[in-house]
Amino acid sequence: MEFTSNPKLNKSKRMRQNFAFNVFRVLSLLVVAILVIILGFIIINGISVISWEFLTEMPREGMTKGGILPAIVGTLVLVAGSLLFACPIGILSGIYINEYAPHGWLKRFIKLMTNNLAGVPSIVFGLFGMALFVNRFGFGDSILAGSLTLGLLALPVVIRTTEEALKSIDNSFRIGSLALGATKWQTTYKVILPIAFPNIITGIILSIGRVSGETAPILFTVAAYFLPKLPTSIFDQVMALPYHLYVISTSGTNIEASRAMAYGTAFILILIVLIANLLANWLRGYFGRKVKMN
Amino acid sequence: MNSLESKDLNLYYGDFHALKNITMSMKKNEVTAFIGPSGCGKSTYLRCFNRMNDLIDNVRITGEVLVDGVDIYQKNILVDDLRKHVGMVFQKPNPFPKSIFENVAYGLRVNGSKDKKLIEERVEVSLKQAALWDEVKDKLKKSAFELSGGQQQRLCIARALAIEPSVLLMDEPASALDPISTAKIEELIYELKNDYTIVIVTHNMQQAGRVSDYTAFFYLGELVEFRKTKNLFTSPKDTRTQNYVTGRFG
Amino acid sequence: MKRYFHNFGERIIEGILTLSGAVTSLTVVLIVVFLFKEGLGIFSQQPIAEGGVIAVNNQNPVKQLSAKEVKEIFDENIKNWKEIGGQDAPIKTFRLDDITDYYSEEQLGKDFELLPQRLSELVSKEPNIIAFFPDEYLSKDFQGHQIKLENISAGDFLGGTEWYPTISPAVQMGVLPLILGTLWVSLGAILIALPLGLATSIYLAEIASKRVRNTMKPVIELLAGIPSVVYGFFGLVVLVPLIQEMFGLPVGETALAGSIILGIMALPTIISVSDDAMRTTPRAMKEASLALGATKWQTIYKVVIPYSISGISTAAILGIGRAIGETMAVLMVTGNASVIPTTFLEPVRTIPATIAAELGEAPQGGIHFQALFALGCILFLMTLIINVSVDLVSAKKKENR
Repeated sequence: MEFTSNPKLNKSKRMRQNFAFNVFRVLSLLVVAILVIILGFIIINGISVISWEFLTEMPREGMTKGGILPAIVGTLVLVAGSLLFACPIGILSGIYINEYAPHGWLKRFIKLMTNNLAGVPSIVFGLFGMALFVNRFGFGDSILAGSLTLGLLALPVVIRTTEEALKSIDNSFRIGSLALGATKWQTTYKVILPIAFPNIITGIILSIGRVSGETAPILFTVAAYFLPKLPTSIFDQVMALPYHLYVISTSGTNIEASRAMAYGTAFILILIVLIANLLANWLRGYFGRKVKMN
Repeated sequence: MNSLESKDLNLYYGDFHALKNITMSMKKNEVTAFIGPSGCGKSTYLRCFNRMNDLIDNVRITGEVLVDGVDIYQKNILVDDLRKHVGMVFQKPNPFPKSIFENVAYGLRVNGSKDKKLIEERVEVSLKQAALWDEVKDKLKKSAFELSGGQQQRLCIARALAIEPSVLLMDEPASALDPISTAKIEELIYELKNDYTIVIVTHNMQQAGRVSDYTAFFYLGELVEFRKTKNLFTSPKDTRTQNYVTGRFG
Repeated sequence: MKRYFHNFGERIIEGILTLSGAVTSLTVVLIVVFLFKEGLGIFSQQPIAEGGVIAVNNQNPVKQLSAKEVKEIFDENIKNWKEIGGQDAPIKTFRLDDITDYYSEEQLGKDFELLPQRLSELVSKEPNIIAFFPDEYLSKDFQGHQIKLENISAGDFLGGTEWYPTISPAVQMGVLPLILGTLWVSLGAILIALPLGLATSIYLAEIASKRVRNTMKPVIELLAGIPSVVYGFFGLVVLVPLIQEMFGLPVGETALAGSIILGIMALPTIISVSDDAMRTTPRAMKEASLALGATKWQTIYKVVIPYSISGISTAAILGIGRAIGETMAVLMVTGNASVIPTTFLEPVRTIPATIAAELGEAPQGGIHFQALFALGCILFLMTLIINVSVDLVSAKKKENR
């Protein structure tokens, strides 16, 4: 107060700040509100649809009645299949990039390619999966083709997660182990990986949410429009939650009549994402380390 | 008249008691040096006078801090006004990624100066005061990062002087510089003393001896001894001070 | 001996790791190979509707036509052979349905077994005819000239304004409306997402308390986790009717609906990337500004934002990338009309939505199928450009430090 040489100026300076900060506050609240509205809308409309029947029965009457069991099972199978492919390769690849690759153009190139793969639109994965797995390898529309396509999509996520987890480990652990005469792989396997493990697992759980909601890559590689039975082999087609939601909300035989089914399906999808996120957050707290998504 | 003053000042970072009951005052147009081992609270104390500690979460302060007789922690104090009045120079030179001219003009602009001529004048005067004018007058439009470390630090001093503060807080201003640049900064402090109240934090006791009129020794958050610089170094009263100035720990 | 095996084991492991490291690069290469191999096929295929024949009289000097010309002829926009390099005579178009104008049912035979013969006759008899009929009715000794259509050129493909991949007699494969549609919707999305995302990231990085920040971060992560088909469903059920009512439109499925949904979907990317960028602003820089009496807001827009501008532009580019490649949500809310967009209040069709909607119906190996792969190539190149420019921006940023 007593320092003020030009009270008017100071007032306007402060008013501008208040104005700007309030704008930011309101816009940030808006972002939160958008999420709350979307989640709230799906949850409120979807939760009343959920019943034992909905979760455990086949769809009936042009997918306007009955349950979504085959879609739930299909999505679970696809998530499991894709992670079975993406996790080992992704983790090994992450180890290679962070622990083994020599510094220089090769490492830079591999990282650039991984980034590029992460940036490839999911529909392009769908095209590619169709051309390679469905046609060239002759898998047909099948769980195998769909899982591999989804696995390729999840691969960069797993690689980055592993890389970040390894990067955050202090170099002294490596030097300490090597100094005791351990080989590079022994060091990586016995010292580095156990430390990185919690972060890697958290990242993988987050990617489950991501993979389970992907639609475009499975459109032409596995997803069945209507298939009221459970798969028996990896060469079967399956229904999947996201594709099911797309079908019954846009091109079902009776869109209005299947609305309730759509809300229920959307709810289950959201639930999977919520559980994955909560679990990841809980693990973060549990292990006391930060893992970043993206 | 006392320019800077604190009464029973206590500062906590969360549960950590960082400054303990500090009562002292610094006079106008004199240079006061704060010395002590790292972590003793000298920088924290310095940052109380322009409320830089506000930026840290979990800081709690009790007691009074007065600048030119005004309690700066009372509610109706406007922090940016205070900081205009109390300039600060940091440990490492921290120019903005802007031109030399814009660095010095920054404080004027954020405080509402629009008059181009006035700004040019102030920039020139400040750069002259900081003994940098002759070295940079032909390249005012160049990026500040093209200057050497010592020049950058003098630029930061010029930047602080441009808004005409009455107090200059210097937080180890020469610790990142070579001996020649350090000598230049010390010379500058000597010159500036006529117009400003200067407080300098340093871990270099020779520097404290060379530039300051008064010296305060801090240890573990306490003000141990505060006297005329000459007396503190030649006949310390407290054994801790004696041990420190004779180099037994630090 | 043991030592030898030991080293051998290490070697094998290193080999496996190297192979795994190469998987992403290999995948990118394979994507390029498969997409382009299939997609480039479009330039060597006849743009005639699946299983069709176009024929003219043997005397007709016009031996070759483009797909565009064929369409114009059958739409009766071109009425005289003169306009396309023939004699001055009116064009007489013929489709199979018109056969009864020329021959009675008896002449065609009970099971149309005489149809191929009659078609041959008709074409040889009528000097100004252009006939389109299925190739199963092409007789072995056909007395007429089968028109060979010009292959689609890259210019026709990229610059063509009509996307009718299944019309007869000649398919139209102009992807300009789809490219522009994609860019249009993405532009709208970024116009919505950038201000909102920047404001939020500034709030998170510089203004919000730690507690607010720690609650908002997971919220934004959740926003990123919601599947695109759920966004599409929400858009379809809530946003589309809302837009229809608000603007009094015949349909609510518009570019605007797509932009809003895509904007929301791009938010998490923009927020987290620019938040990270702003948080790298050195504390010393901010303190210097505040110590000179600048307010927090002045410090933000004069120091923090200029300092993190490359990170902010990366955020914007990545946001656009996300919007360009998004499929399901767009497919569900934009109405998918392949017209060159002029307003946000009309339906529009994007490249990903086109692929998703049409690939299931396109016969494999046909020109339509290949055209969709070619669209995939375009999409891939677009995102590649985006990724490489992000890489360049961040490399430049490192250089500046």
